[in-house]
Parts: sequence; C-alpha cells; structure tokens
Amino acid sequence: MIAEIGHFALILAFAVALFQMIVPMIGAARGWGGWIDSARPAALAQFGLIGISFAALTMAFVTSDFSVALVYENSHTAKPMLYKISGVWGNHEGSMLLWVLILSLFGAAAASFDANLPPKLRARVLSVQAAIGAAFLAFILFTSNPFARMASPPFNGRDLNPLLQDPGLAFHPPFLYLGYVGLSMAFSFAVAALIEGRVDAAWARWVRPWTLAAWVFLTIGIALGSWWAYYELGWGGFWFWDPVENASFMPWLIAAALLHSAIVVEKREVLKSWTILLAIMAFGFSLIGTFIVRSGIITSVHSFASDPERGVFILAILAFFVGGALLLFSVRAASMQARGAFAPVSREGALVLNNILLAVSAFVVFIGTVWPLVAEMAWDKKLSVGAPFFEKAFTPFMVALAIILPLGAILPWKRGRLKRVLYPLRGALVFAAAVMALVFAVSTGHSALAVIGAGLGAWLVGGAVADLWLRTGNSGLARLRRLPRADWGKAVAHAGLGVTFIGISLLMAWQVEDIRVAQVGQTFTVAGYDITLEAVEERPGPNYDSIVATMRVGRDGRQVALLHPEKRVYPVQAMPTTEAAIQNGLFRDLYLVIGDEQQAGGWAVRSYIKPFASWIWLGSALMALGGCISLSDRRYRVAAGARQSRAAAQPAE
Amino acid sequence: MRVLILTLSLLLALPALAVQPDEVLSDPALEARAREISKILRCPVCQGETIDESNAPISRDLRLYLRERLVAGDSDAEAVQAVTDRFGEYVLFEPPARGVNWLLYLAGPVMAVLALLLGWRFVRSRNLPEEGPARLSDEEKARLDRIMRD
Repeated sequence: MIAEIGHFALILAFAVALFQMIVPMIGAARGWGGWIDSARPAALAQFGLIGISFAALTMAFVTSDFSVALVYENSHTAKPMLYKISGVWGNHEGSMLLWVLILSLFGAAAASFDANLPPKLRARVLSVQAAIGAAFLAFILFTSNPFARMASPPFNGRDLNPLLQDPGLAFHPPFLYLGYVGLSMAFSFAVAALIEGRVDAAWARWVRPWTLAAWVFLTIGIALGSWWAYYELGWGGFWFWDPVENASFMPWLIAAALLHSAIVVEKREVLKSWTILLAIMAFGFSLIGTFIVRSGIITSVHSFASDPERGVFILAILAFFVGGALLLFSVRAASMQARGAFAPVSREGALVLNNILLAVSAFVVFIGTVWPLVAEMAWDKKLSVGAPFFEKAFTPFMVALAIILPLGAILPWKRGRLKRVLYPLRGALVFAAAVMALVFAVSTGHSALAVIGAGLGAWLVGGAVADLWLRTGNSGLARLRRLPRADWGKAVAHAGLGVTFIGISLLMAWQVEDIRVAQVGQTFTVAGYDITLEAVEERPGPNYDSIVATMRVGRDGRQVALLHPEKRVYPVQAMPTTEAAIQNGLFRDLYLVIGDEQQAGGWAVRSYIKPFASWIWLGSALMALGGCISLSDRRYRVAAGARQSRAAAQPAE
Repeated sequence: MRVLILTLSLLLALPALAVQPDEVLSDPALEARAREISKILRCPVCQGETIDESNAPISRDLRLYLRERLVAGDSDAEAVQAVTDRFGEYVLFEPPARGVNWLLYLAGPVMAVLALLLGWRFVRSRNLPEEGPARLSDEEKARLDRIMRD
C-alpha cells in the first residue's frame, strides 16, 4: 500500500512538473500575473509530492518490505539501520528518485527564498527547472520504476553490496547529487536570462549563491568519495582518474570557473555570455556524468545498473537540454553587451586566465575520459586512458593556476601592476621558497613532485594570508573581524586548495609501503616504526564474519598506536572486504592491512606510512568551508535585488 | 552519481590482496621497477584497475610474468612491450603517443593555445584607453584605494 502511495505521488509530481513547465513560461511571455504566480505553489507541490514518494520508498527499506523488488535486490533484514536507509539511494532507481527529490528541493528553495527576484524571472527559472524535473520523472516512471512489486515476495533480501555499507559512502551520493543538481539552478537561471535577453550584475548576484552552494556540495561529495576509497580499498589510493570520478570532477572544475566568472559579471558586467555558456556547460557535464554512469558506455569500476535503453533516454535528455540551451545561446548571446573596460593586467584579466585554465583542464579530463570510446567507434581500437595520462596532461594546468592565483587574488579591478602586487606577496614568496628548501632537504631521491607541489601549496596558503593582511589596510587586526565574509571565504578556500596541493604531492612522493608475511608475535620495522602482529582472531559482525588482527605500532620504544585491521566476509553476497586500520595524524597516517593466512604459516600484512595524507581532505574541508563562509556574506542576504541601482558606485571589493 | 556498485566486487570475490608477499622480488631495485611498471598496466579483465591494485588471478599472473622478464634482464620498455604483445594496447593506461593518439595528446595543448589567443583578443578588445581624463597618478590612486577599502 505504502509503495503504491509512493508511486502515485510520483505520477502526480510528474503532472505538476508538466504544469509548472508550461504555465509560468506562457504567463511570463504574456505578462499574465496569475499564470506567473502559479510557479511558486507548483514548485512547492512538486517538492512535497516527490518527498512523499521518497518517504514511501525509505519506509519500504526500513521495514524490509521484500514485496518491493528494489528492496529485495538491495537490502537484508540483518543489515544495520543506517545502511537500510542509505540502501535507498545505493541503487539505480532509488538514486534517480533522490536526484529528482533534490532537483525539486532546489526548485522549492528558489520559490521560497530570493524575495527580491523579479516575478517574471522567477517564473521562467522555475519553469526551466520543472522541465528538467519532468524529463527525469518521465525517465523514472517509464524506465526505472522503484516501486515495482514482486509477485511472490521472498523471505529475505540479497543485501547491499558490502563495499557500500560504509558511513563515508552512505553520504557520498547525496552530497554529490546536491552538487550535480545544484548546477541545474545555474542552468535554469542561464536559460531564463537568455529568454529574457538580459544579463546584468543583479542576475550574477542571484546565480552565484546557487553555483557556490552546488560547488560546495560537489567538493564535499568528491572528498567523501575519495576518502572512502582511501580507507576502504585496502591500499590507500585516493584518486584513480576513473571515468565516473572524472564525471564528477569535470562539473567541479567548470563550477569553479563559473563562480569566478560570475564575480566578474557581478562586479564589472563583463564576461556575460561566457558566464552563461559556463552555466550551461556545468550542468551539461553533470548530465554527461549521469549518462556515463547509467549507460555503462564507458567501462568503469563504478558501473551501475548499466542498461542501453536507459542510456539512450538520458542521452536524449542531455541532447535536448544542452542542445536547446546552446541553440538559444547562439541566437541571444550577441545581445549580451559587456559594459566594463579593463587593462590586461587586472583582476578581470586574472579571472579570465583562471577561467581559461579551469575550462581547458576540464576539457582535457573530458577528452581523456571519452577517448577510449572515440577510438573504439572511429578506428576500432581498444585502448585505455588512465592515471599516467591524466597526471601528465592535467597537472600543468593546475601548476599554472596555482602560480597565478595569489597574484590574481590581490590584483585591483580595472588596472593593476604586477610589481605592485608582488610587494605584498613577498612574505608568501619567502614562505614558499623556505618550504621548498625544507622539502628538498628532507626528501631523498626523486622529489621534484614533492618540492614543486609543496612549494605551490605554501605559495597558495601564504598568498591567502597576504590577501587577508592586505585587506585589513592600515587599521590593523581589529579590521580583520569586520571584513566581509566573502573576503574570508575567498582566503579560506584558496588556502584550502594549497593545503590539498601539499597533501597530494607529499603523500605521492613520500609514501612508504611494506608487504610481507608476518608471524603472530613477530616485530618488523617500516620507516622507523616497529610494527608487531600481536594476535589474529575471528569475530562475528551483524551481517558479516570478520578476521581481526591486533597490531602494535611503536617508535623509539614508545607505543604509537594499537590498531585492528580487519578482513570481512559478507556471506549473503559472498564477498570479502578489507577494513584497513588507520591512525590519522597531522603529519602522517599509519595504515595497516591484514591479508590472507599463508600456507606456510603467518599472515600477509601490508603496512603503509602515508605522510600528510589527511591534508588532502583537510584542504577539501577548508575549500568547502570557504564556500560556506562566502555564501553567508551579507550581500546575498540584504537587498540582493536592487536591479535598478546598477553598479553606480563600485565597492572596493 | 556514483553510488559505486563496484564491479570490482566481482573480482574481489577472490579472497586475496593485490601484490602478495610471495611475489615480491628479493632485489629491492628490481622490485621497485616492477611496481612502477605494474602501476601503468591495466588488468585485462577488470574495470579500470591496474594490475598493481587488482586481485584478479590474471593480474597476479601478469605481475609474476613481469617480474620474470625483469629478472631475465629486460629493460622496462621491453617488459612492457612483452605484455602489450600478448594483450594489446588495451593494457596500457597511458596510450602510446603515436598514430591517432596524437590527437589525444595534442587536444589539451592546442585547446589551451586557442583559448589563450581568444582570451587575449577579448582582453585587448576590452582594454582601457591609455590616455583619458580620468587617469590618476599612482599616488592619487593608492590614496583612493585606501579610501575605498576603509
């Protein structure tokens, strides 16, 4: 019964979405007030209905209702409650339902907040948002019904893939979807602006918070996914340049470009058509990501209910929205006249360069991701493009970006002088040079990566500090607290990027690995740490059996950590997983993995010393935090609307 | 987007970690070379894993074969070639830069140059007039900046 209510609510939501797509758009074109105003209640109703539907599916999972085919295929009565709930989106149908739920959540948010949004623009934005919603609701209803029943319900389910039964992964997809789908708001605003034929500072001010929020969510989602890979896959890899990872990374890069170019539109009213194009591309890449994952067209470790029919459906959605938006763009872009003028060396110039680097790096990731597909279709060649290619082709852009970032961040608008911005950055330069010297002195052997990466990271962090310092002017530290939140957000996010740079480069250059057979009671030494395998025992879990090792790590006679790496076997899916034991530290992680019992006695043991590993995620957290701080800036909350008073007086920042 | 139903799970069904202790060569220099090479070779039956990470039996065979070749005195390139001869270009995670793959390698740099040219043209077209009534001396400008900031 509950499942049928959910299904019915979903059908109603589809009908509401169709209404919301058509009526407000016509109303806005004809200037009919009632039709325009219908967008808001429709958006709220659509969200409410999809919410009911999602609640119904969650209910089916929580109560283990195995008469619903999806629950049978992805759940089990013995599974912990957290994973019963996360199992709702741990599969194709449920995750699509979460997708449209978040889509309608953003629509409802746009309907409720932004009191200053002109009614016509709001109606058009909500209409475009509803069009996307209707397309995906149709996709769910016609190809991927999550509420399908089983004729004869079995007693128990097939359980969720054990790798997904993990807290990091439970929350990874929702954040990623919040990011992907959040970019639909930027898209809807872009298309609405194209229809209106009007892009100005006020428009950029409305679009930026949505982009920023989407980017923050994407940052968190990607970081959670990579953190999960780090501790779950058993050898501490954190990024694989897998097609599906790339699918989330491309929108992240484009969204980063978009939120910078939107600043230029907001402050200076230039880069308008480029910003519109980025907004279309950002969501376009989100859709491409959806397509890659759901169609199975590119082999990936994340293959996900691959089904050609679904792939074609999503391809059609992708072609319709991105193609339609680009067509509209080609007709209307010429009417977006830029207003401001600026010298090449200026904040605007630096942000243009930022956009070029981010967009081209996203393009490189895209080419690398689809190349195997292109090569197979065009020349019948089966080949692979993986980490070695991306590390070579992508890294130079990030290096260039890191070099110019602190300079661009403090260049004045309109016209600047390189010499004048280098002066306040002298501290950052000295700091970066010192870090490079230190890293060079400490590391042995091949360390160009460590030296350059850490130096760039230090340059970014130092640059962010210098930026804040410069903003305080002559009035000292007291001013620091009264700086606009946007300034703080910018500095924190840029410093976060630097911290991530340091983490990635030092981890990759300095990691130490040891693989060996250890007898119980034996002590061995890895990079100065004395590791003792004290005991190995069997221990049952709620829905798995586990082999747990007890390992003592000491250094200079003192105990550093007592760790318990595990090897689990999930009987329902007949699948083992490794649960590495990690002691996180600010400067190094200890990472221990227990392997198989050896025939000749003893256990396979892998030990890793991973320097600065936590800095990767610390930096990601700082980037997300910076985005949140910036999002709370006063200018988004107070009178964001003043469209008439267009940039009469430029604020200094 | 990626609730990762890792197809990797299929391969993990073989209870073993990637590189096993019994595979490790006694010569650390040779072993280091083997590890570096096995990080760029793709497991032929897996979904996008290197043979270094993969638990599939064929990856183990490949790792052992690779080590055999290295012990027999092959150079890195020869060892990689030996594996490629058997399994085709598919196993190379870095496609060789020849033939149509040049397009792949050139796409990024060409795009970058193009984007920089277009960007430069755009920036030039928006350039401020060099001489104008509104030009301030540096000193005035600095003072103005200070005022604007406070």
